[in-house]
Amino acid sequence: MSTTRKRVYGYLAEFKSASALYKAAEKVRDAGFRKWDCYSSYPIHGLDKAMGMKRSILPWFVFFGGITGTCTAFTLAYSTQVVLYPTVVQAKPANIFTVPAFFPIMFELTILFSGFTVLFGLLALMKLPRLNHPLFASRQFHRATDDGFFIAVEARDAKFSPEGTRSFLETIGGSSIELVEEEES
Amino acid sequence: MAHATTTAAPETRKGPKLPVLEREKLILSGRSYHWITERICGIVENKQPAIWWMMFIPSALIALIGVVGGLSILVSTGVGVWGMTNTVFWGWDITNFVFWIGIGHAGTLISAILFLTRQNWRTSINRAAEAMTIFAVCCAGIFPAFHVGRVWFAWFLAPVPNANAVWQNFKSPLLWDVFAVSTYFTISLIFWYLGMVPDLATIRDRCKPGLRKLLYGIFSLGWRGGNRQWSHYEMAYLLLASLSTPLVLSVHSVVSFDFATSVVPGWHTTIFPPYFVAGAIFGGFAMVLTIMIPARFIYGLQDMITMKHIDNMAKIILMTGTIVGYAYLMELFVAFYSGAMYESAAFKYRLTGPYWWAYAAMMTCNVLSPQVFWLKWCRENLWVVMTVCMFVNVGMWFERFVIICTTLSRMFLPGDWGYYTASPVEIMLFVGTIGMFLALFLLFLRFLPCINIAEVKWTLLESDPHFDDHHDHPDHGVKREAAYQHELTSKA
Repeated sequence: MSTTRKRVYGYLAEFKSASALYKAAEKVRDAGFRKWDCYSSYPIHGLDKAMGMKRSILPWFVFFGGITGTCTAFTLAYSTQVVLYPTVVQAKPANIFTVPAFFPIMFELTILFSGFTVLFGLLALMKLPRLNHPLFASRQFHRATDDGFFIAVEARDAKFSPEGTRSFLETIGGSSIELVEEEES
Repeated sequence: MAHATTTAAPETRKGPKLPVLEREKLILSGRSYHWITERICGIVENKQPAIWWMMFIPSALIALIGVVGGLSILVSTGVGVWGMTNTVFWGWDITNFVFWIGIGHAGTLISAILFLTRQNWRTSINRAAEAMTIFAVCCAGIFPAFHVGRVWFAWFLAPVPNANAVWQNFKSPLLWDVFAVSTYFTISLIFWYLGMVPDLATIRDRCKPGLRKLLYGIFSLGWRGGNRQWSHYEMAYLLLASLSTPLVLSVHSVVSFDFATSVVPGWHTTIFPPYFVAGAIFGGFAMVLTIMIPARFIYGLQDMITMKHIDNMAKIILMTGTIVGYAYLMELFVAFYSGAMYESAAFKYRLTGPYWWAYAAMMTCNVLSPQVFWLKWCRENLWVVMTVCMFVNVGMWFERFVIICTTLSRMFLPGDWGYYTASPVEIMLFVGTIGMFLALFLLFLRFLPCINIAEVKWTLLESDPHFDDHHDHPDHGVKREAAYQHELTSKA
């Protein structure tokens, strides 16, 4: 006899098109669910609004990342060229008036630091990498990256109920509704 | 979101209903989501056609002999094995560096600038063009790194404290170049990789359990395609596109500063940055077409990379080629009109000196050959398109050769004048990078999704969440494809 216990992750329901997913998302939002998500193989524009999501806060991270890059480049160039080791090349000054010659590198490091902030900020916001997830145990979820449209409502949600949520997903047009379970170690 | 669905103009309150031309579809034959997945992942999952091996083995051998062999000779003997002589201290190596860096620019233009300007046709070609960028920058990086002479000291380029206690000269365009090119490579890599994560997840979900699934699983980071991920992802993509756009313009500007900030006649001109950027985009688009037209045939991607895409790219080649032609003529005019003795002598030498053949090749290939794209027939005939692209590839290499080698072979002191010819090792290295570029691109086709699956799906009409509100068939994708298949069988 197996000794693994299983914990309910939530319900997964399939929808037949992007439009159907969009309409269903509005209804799930209006029903007051919080821990749920829509899955599709491409970004559906306008779905953020239908799900009642806020705009991503990533630009704020990137703004400060970029500023850090500018300051790093300035400090690096100014401290080495003017303070630590002033070199006079082609009779160019080694003082505050040298700064315009630092602009290209300040620009490049602004972009570089912003780019890294995009990468790591995005991973943090998406909570990735996370190689395992209860949804991957589902029989049909692999189609989410092909041609499937799904809504998953998690059992953690305060409004979740084993029977009620299932019938709710049916009423909003979901098909092949599946109870997804994760193994508890 | 600008979806190309309009067939009739919105009725204004007064006045007649105006007919509007229907936009050409980006994906032909009414393909479904699943067909797109199958076709693109199929390239990675199925056995490669014989022609893949026929191209890969020679490319890899050329890369091995040219790059590994050439560099071994160079490092073990010294940088003197290159044919550079007094005054022509930048020869084929810097020519090749600028050539390859320029190739990369089309990839970033397609992925970033066309994204910001909402040119949805970019989705079919952006992945391959970005891959091309990465590989071209890899090829480019070899040349300046080994040009330093003792390559094991190349780390002196990085601003880290060293035993000499000397710091890099931050006022020098050469150091700007180090920062620009390495930033460009890093950002391009991030852009390329992040764009690929959802598609790697698609391949992961189709794999049988095993090593392949594990590797694609690791690189797809556990992507699930939930909208709470897509929302941030879309924002990240927008941010990277807006960061890459000024970056790509800056990179070739900085490369041109290597020349323009010097006081060498023929280099010391303000026209260089825009002229270099236009030339880079021009040469890059030609290279995109050079590698995508064969790939499109070999892998049967005609429904995704349509004649519309090729037509658009041919038009961009025509436009940027004309800008480049304008820059060439303007250079000549300014040399004449400025009355500056050395400047006009440099250009007279370019036109009529012993390197006249290089100047003629540049003018013919870059300015004259793309002009055939004014004719629709030429943009539709793939043989013509391929021929012009080959001409442009050659011409853009000659452009850099003319700028660098011709100028350096005759500067201020007549005693230094000479004629530069490349040594066998230089030729080996250049041919080797061509092999390396092709081999890397073929490996990319073999292991990674060569078309952006998620974005191509997004351009389908039914991907609009309001599509069903205006159309009667909720499962029209399937129906349309069935109808198309039926049509095919009835024709046969």
